Amino acid sequence: MSNGQNGAELRLVTPGMAIGPSSGMRVGSGALAQNDTIIATRLGWVKQLNNTVSVDPINSAYMPRSGDLIVATVAEVRNNLWFMNVNGPFQGLLPMSLAPWKVEFGAARQHMGIGDVVLARVQEVDECHNVVLTMKGVGLRRLNQGSVHSVPITHIERLRGEGNATIQRLREACDCRIIVGENGRVWVDGDAEGIAWARQAIDLVQTSGHKKTFEAELSALENNAPKNGDA
Amino acid sequence: MAGYGDVKLLRDDGLRLDGRKIDEMRPVTIEAGILPAADGSAMVTHGLNVAVAAVYGPMEAHPRKIQRQDRAVIDVRYNMAPFSTSDRIRPGFNRRSREISKVTAEALESVVLVERYPRSKIRVEIEILAAEAGTRCVGLTAAAVALADAGIPMRDLIVGVASGKVEGTVVLDLDKAEDNYGQADLPVGILPNTGEVAFLQMDGDLSPEEFNLAMEYNFKAAAEIHLVMVDALKRRYEGGEN
Repeated sequence: MSNGQNGAELRLVTPGMAIGPSSGMRVGSGALAQNDTIIATRLGWVKQLNNTVSVDPINSAYMPRSGDLIVATVAEVRNNLWFMNVNGPFQGLLPMSLAPWKVEFGAARQHMGIGDVVLARVQEVDECHNVVLTMKGVGLRRLNQGSVHSVPITHIERLRGEGNATIQRLREACDCRIIVGENGRVWVDGDAEGIAWARQAIDLVQTSGHKKTFEAELSALENNAPKNGDA
Repeated sequence: MAGYGDVKLLRDDGLRLDGRKIDEMRPVTIEAGILPAADGSAMVTHGLNVAVAAVYGPMEAHPRKIQRQDRAVIDVRYNMAPFSTSDRIRPGFNRRSREISKVTAEALESVVLVERYPRSKIRVEIEILAAEAGTRCVGLTAAAVALADAGIPMRDLIVGVASGKVEGTVVLDLDKAEDNYGQADLPVGILPNTGEVAFLQMDGDLSPEEFNLAMEYNFKAAAEIHLVMVDALKRRYEGGEN
């Protein structure tokens, strides 16, 4: 990704490192103005776009945003709501009114218990970081089968590829259903061989997603895909 | 005060027992991202000290009573492995590990932008695998690298380093004998880019002049260790293009 640097060499910075003078520049995410100097607050790559200096972090926690499609797990169950682990600093709240079933008060546990995995959407995030999820919507459901894997938040775009091209390649290579949540959780469902191969591909994103060699390594892995072997 | 008994800690040629100069620190190596399960991790070797730090989170703070509405809490657990010293250490928390966990958490809270994650918790686990004096400083350095590796926003990378006094002479980075039989120990946590001090403890007595000299040594060593920390983080992601 060029990040608006047009071929200029990307600079890796660590927290506290001076990026440049703050005069005439706006401070973006991952940076801080301190005594006329812009300093990095995260480990990442310096990005400069339209007079705004920011740092693209290499690693980052998921911060929920309204509209995100996420793969969440049930962390706690109450009489009329579920607390969901969204793989972020804050738990999400799924009230029974936003569940896809008609739930009687006190019967939440009959529909979903601790550890169950769902495909949900972030309905609302308020200024106090209270996160409300919804399961009302096309395709939103409890995920009863398949397996869940993790990728770093910053590598999700790499896994998806431009216009979802990469993830589509993976789906075709392993003949599995794959859903990438914005929260870094990836749901894979298919036969055991396909899931095992998809897991290798996801691990590759995790270990080499930031490297220039990623595309080549992924292509090499594709040659060993179960679908290629069967053909 | 002349330390304990007649233990000789400085040679006649002015060098220390392990051959170091008085302002020379033990060799430091750092490796980032050594634990696959952690969000961020680091291993630091400083002389014969070996410390591993792992960072998890930010995550929902549990139990809820520890939550702060305006910021994240940093939960540090410093622990020395039973095999880290020649005398076996009884496993589990003790008075010393509680104290070090607390001061380390307070030092880290001053550099981490905790206000970014209200109501959440950042868990920092520091395990000392081998100990040879100065483990709280080595643990602090390891925790700073692990936090940066985990992508936690910070104002600076905090560096733990210590100076002290043996036989009336201020020396940098005490080893085990100097720590046990010396006259003073001054461990500090330094923010190398701003020159701020985030944590300072002193054991023994130092005159104002000796204190200033010890701090001068500490700042010099912190700058050196900071370069190793930055190099470790850059090495972890070399070959990257974002």
